Amino acid sequence: MRIVVDLNRCQGYAQCAFLAPDVFVLHGQEALMYDPGADEALAEQVARAAAACPVQAILVERGEGAREPVGAVGGHGH
Amino acid sequence: MVTEGSVAEFNRNGRVVVVGASLAGLRAAEALRDEGFAGTLIMIGDERLQPYDRPPLSKQVLLGRTSADRTLLPRRRAINAEWRLGVPAAGLDLSRHRVRLADGREVGFDRLLIATGARARPWPREAEAELDGVFVLRSVGDAAKLERRLAAKPHRVLVVGAGFTGCEVASACRARGIEVTVAERGPAPLVGALGGVVGAVAAELQRKNGVDLRCNITVTELEGDLGGRLKRAHLSDGTVLDVDVAVIALGALRNTEWLTGSGLAAGPRGIACDAGCRAFDVHGIVTDDVFVAGDVARAPHPLFGYQFLSLEHWGNAVSQAETAAHNMVRSGLDRRPHLWVPAFWSAQFGVNIKSVGVPPMGEELLVTQGALAEHRFAAVYGYQGRVIAAVTFDHGRWIDFYSRQIESAAPFPPEFVGVDRRADGMRPVPADFPDPALPTHGPTVTVSGYAPNERRLTFTPART
Repeated sequence: MRIVVDLNRCQGYAQCAFLAPDVFVLHGQEALMYDPGADEALAEQVARAAAACPVQAILVERGEGAREPVGAVGGHGH
Repeated sequence: MVTEGSVAEFNRNGRVVVVGASLAGLRAAEALRDEGFAGTLIMIGDERLQPYDRPPLSKQVLLGRTSADRTLLPRRRAINAEWRLGVPAAGLDLSRHRVRLADGREVGFDRLLIATGARARPWPREAEAELDGVFVLRSVGDAAKLERRLAAKPHRVLVVGAGFTGCEVASACRARGIEVTVAERGPAPLVGALGGVVGAVAAELQRKNGVDLRCNITVTELEGDLGGRLKRAHLSDGTVLDVDVAVIALGALRNTEWLTGSGLAAGPRGIACDAGCRAFDVHGIVTDDVFVAGDVARAPHPLFGYQFLSLEHWGNAVSQAETAAHNMVRSGLDRRPHLWVPAFWSAQFGVNIKSVGVPPMGEELLVTQGALAEHRFAAVYGYQGRVIAAVTFDHGRWIDFYSRQIESAAPFPPEFVGVDRRADGMRPVPADFPDPALPTHGPTVTVSGYAPNERRLTFTPART
């Protein structure tokens, strides 16, 4: 899974830390730390956390991401 | 060249090249598809990795809570792009509409987005920079190497430069129980970004957490042993420190060298562009097919006296990329300006620091909520009688309120009475920024350019 939190938007409500404590943790009073590459097994927790975020700051992509083949790694291209 | 009449055709069959496969490049690509661009989209990146997120590298990754290779950015949507990763762009031919890659091949475009960002400023002495134990922190690879070294419990880490990255590195070291010395040329940490009053709070935070903070000092030499391993650091006051790791956190350099001679207004401060993200050429004429977004851009902002702002901010990269993408597939009056209010955050020593506006423009500062001594407060910066910026320490919930004060050019000192206003929040004090003419590494906003009502101007011709 891939996760990014818009921490400009985050206001430290900590709903995510309650709903997905294995992924989102408050460091101190309101600084959010999260695992941007959380395991797929935690997907349900993370989806609940993202849905519950009062400011909708959490973006999640399920799976290994990268829907397009990265055919040109190394610069070999067209 | 895309003329107004051919925009629809461009959106069906055009060819967009994005140079820079990071946050700004990715979000621009997604926005282009959202805006209905159905043509060919080519993403060029110097690193082999898919776009990844940098803020966790100096925080979660250095704390050992996640690994550097787990920071790939989630996609908002599929972008159906051709990726050319692992080879940097090396040149731009404006007249032929082609990007030249470092391996000599060329990629043609109808419209180009430049999002080549910035890189870590290296330690100036090359031989010392190559010592085993000397690190910079910018990329996934940098973070992975540094984290491995921290996990091996070094005896003492030296952080050179107390800007945001340096402070976050020091914070991670202390959280892991590693001894750390921070050497800062200025009078306090974060002084270039937030001024001396708030910098003093950042200094207290460091010392409270066991950082050996040394200000008004420079590192004069990094000394290695015969095996090429870092052993000692020499400071400008004659002190010699035994250190086995040094992290060079002297700010960033903008990646514009590849545009030298291209005819674009590109230089060490970034690429000048208009509020619609269109690049200027060296004559100051706006181009119509070359756009800029992210750390590499410098653009005028009406809220800040039309000064050109260069913003090394995550949120700016996202917002400017969206605006650039919108304007790439539109013409004339359908285009919109990039009017994002600068905002950033940092987490260090368990404290959430947030800021909006342009603090370095601030002349005075007023603590509107909480107290500096408690390391929990909100403060506003005043410039010519209006609120120009704000900063919060563990008061992040209020930051939107202050953002609206800035957007509406609210008067300074503020008329509102905030929650938890204290006695020391009644009178403004000088914000205490260092002279901007002195070299600093700290500010994440660089103000350059001139307000229309100013008459002073210095023209320095480029050396030929």
